[in-house]
Amino acid sequence: MTAPLLFKGIDEPDLHTLDVYERNGGYESLRKALSMSREEVLHELETSALRGRGGAGFAMGKKVSFLPKGQMDKYLVCNADESEPGAFKDRELMQKSPHMLIEGMIIAAYAGGINRAFIFIRGEYALQAQRLEAAVEQAKEKGYLGDRILGSDHSLILWVHRGAGAYICGEETALLDALEGKRGNPRLKPPFPANQGLYQGPTLVNNVETLSTVPTIIRLGADEYAKIGTTGSTGTKVVSVSGHVQRPGNYEIELGIPAREIIYGLAGGPPEGRDVKFWFPGGSSSPVLKKEDLDLSYDFDTLAKAGSMLGSGSIIVVDDSTPVVNVALKVAKFYRHESCGKCTPCREGTNWTVKMLERIDSGEATPMDLDIMAGVQENIIGNCLCVLGDSMAMPIGSMVAKFREEFEAHIEAARQRNELATTDEAPAEALIQGAVA
Amino acid sequence: MAIDPTRVPRFGHGSRVPGWDDAADLTKDPEGIPDPATTPVPEELRARIEEFMARYPDRRSAAIPALRAVQERYGWCTPEGIQQAACVMRLTPGYLIAVATFYDMLFTEPVGANDVFVCTNISCSLRGADDLFAAFHEHAGDDPDFNLRAFECLGACDLAPMASINGGYVGPISPDEVPAIIEAVRRGEEPLPDRQLKYRKSVDPNAAA
Repeated sequence: MTAPLLFKGIDEPDLHTLDVYERNGGYESLRKALSMSREEVLHELETSALRGRGGAGFAMGKKVSFLPKGQMDKYLVCNADESEPGAFKDRELMQKSPHMLIEGMIIAAYAGGINRAFIFIRGEYALQAQRLEAAVEQAKEKGYLGDRILGSDHSLILWVHRGAGAYICGEETALLDALEGKRGNPRLKPPFPANQGLYQGPTLVNNVETLSTVPTIIRLGADEYAKIGTTGSTGTKVVSVSGHVQRPGNYEIELGIPAREIIYGLAGGPPEGRDVKFWFPGGSSSPVLKKEDLDLSYDFDTLAKAGSMLGSGSIIVVDDSTPVVNVALKVAKFYRHESCGKCTPCREGTNWTVKMLERIDSGEATPMDLDIMAGVQENIIGNCLCVLGDSMAMPIGSMVAKFREEFEAHIEAARQRNELATTDEAPAEALIQGAVA
Repeated sequence: MAIDPTRVPRFGHGSRVPGWDDAADLTKDPEGIPDPATTPVPEELRARIEEFMARYPDRRSAAIPALRAVQERYGWCTPEGIQQAACVMRLTPGYLIAVATFYDMLFTEPVGANDVFVCTNISCSLRGADDLFAAFHEHAGDDPDFNLRAFECLGACDLAPMASINGGYVGPISPDEVPAIIEAVRRGEEPLPDRQLKYRKSVDPNAAA
């Protein structure tokens, strides 16, 4: 295990203030980056092979290189709308080390020739937004933000924009719409934000952790950074572990260590006497993996090969005391609530999935309904503007595929329970009354 | 057995399912941008919204911050507040209402002054969030001073089960601590100070260095 890069000394008192951050070597990477040319910084980002930490895992340097060159209004947007169930890494980074994010944004903006930046933070994160706003003020006073930063030809205006509670705004085009002051509906892609994003200008959208890693890459040098982790997944990753584990929390790991080491070694595994039943490797939108998959290497490529994904790096552990139907219902209800309603497969599909799962739970379903439900999931995937519907379809589909016997047993048990209840006349009368009243 | 149709519960619009939105009155003209001469706007609110608008290349970007400012001033997004914001932003009130109804944290109906958002998503529910919400509901569910809501993932699964109380994250909370929390909020104190997120240390053993 390499020494932590993002979490190094994260608990130092007042690290969120500029003085303490500078004392720990803060903004040194910015000076180094500004002494290099824009092309050199971009080359560093590309060589580091840093992959986006928000979910899609797209190479960050490549994303910057997609921006058109030349003088025009280009925008950098930091996606801090962390709303994926199970993810809480950005919260800790922004709360404890907001200047690291700001420094990373200034460097990324320099590499892309960008002069305007926004941090879109979810509305629920009040303390984190305050800290960021205070940090931006301090950085402005000190000349790290504004015109001609540290005497260079680079200028950057940065504002913190608080959202108001909508999961969909974590999707990059919906986020841009929300930032433009509209309802957060996703846009058709292409054009991709790199060509036409915020206010129709070329826009770079990156996650908090991705941008927070940039100062480290500049400090270490891209070649050194790329040695950490595996070839396809370089560097370290902050992993949020939650659910049925003894020590839930954020852990910074080197990509490529076995998942078992994270869940059992760092987070302490499930409570005494319980066993892992299944786990989400990358937030609630990733297909679930079973106990047998715990020895998989935790990196982008291995998890993709295993039919799941690393996503935002949020592990949710479910132990053997929990019925899979309950978890599926929670997942489906969440996506039903958060679907923006723009695309039919997602709006209707999430709604019907909830209804079918409720029928399964109440014993009104037959095993054939499981096939219908699997069909609904198939018809959502790839048929919408954004991946919100897919984010429900993938885990639900994987749960039905991997725990079909348990679903069938659940239906049968609930059906028998109902039968017992209706053979007794008085309760049957009460049921009908209840339905009519 | 026949069901008496008059006993089937129906919503005001005649259907058994809730409507997507309130019906539009098609006989009325669409509302225009409020006239500054007849729309008094408190100076402090106007200054805040104008400051927000100056941050963005397009003034409409200030819609969410402006509605938040309205909500902070009036407790919720009141029709008058929306009129005032629309007047300052030179937008129609309809535009701002469309935005306000999209977001979970903007309220277009009166709410209690104390926000209590209980996370009931996966990680929290695995650790007993549904019981926690039931306890909150029992103790503060019909209290007009509280704006109690079951919320989707608040991004604090390490505190599970948790709640955001007036913007501050607290957790883990056991259902029997709820009465004390409600009392503390009524007195204007910070509930469970030892379990506030802002004081929480990292659990990563490597981060201590």
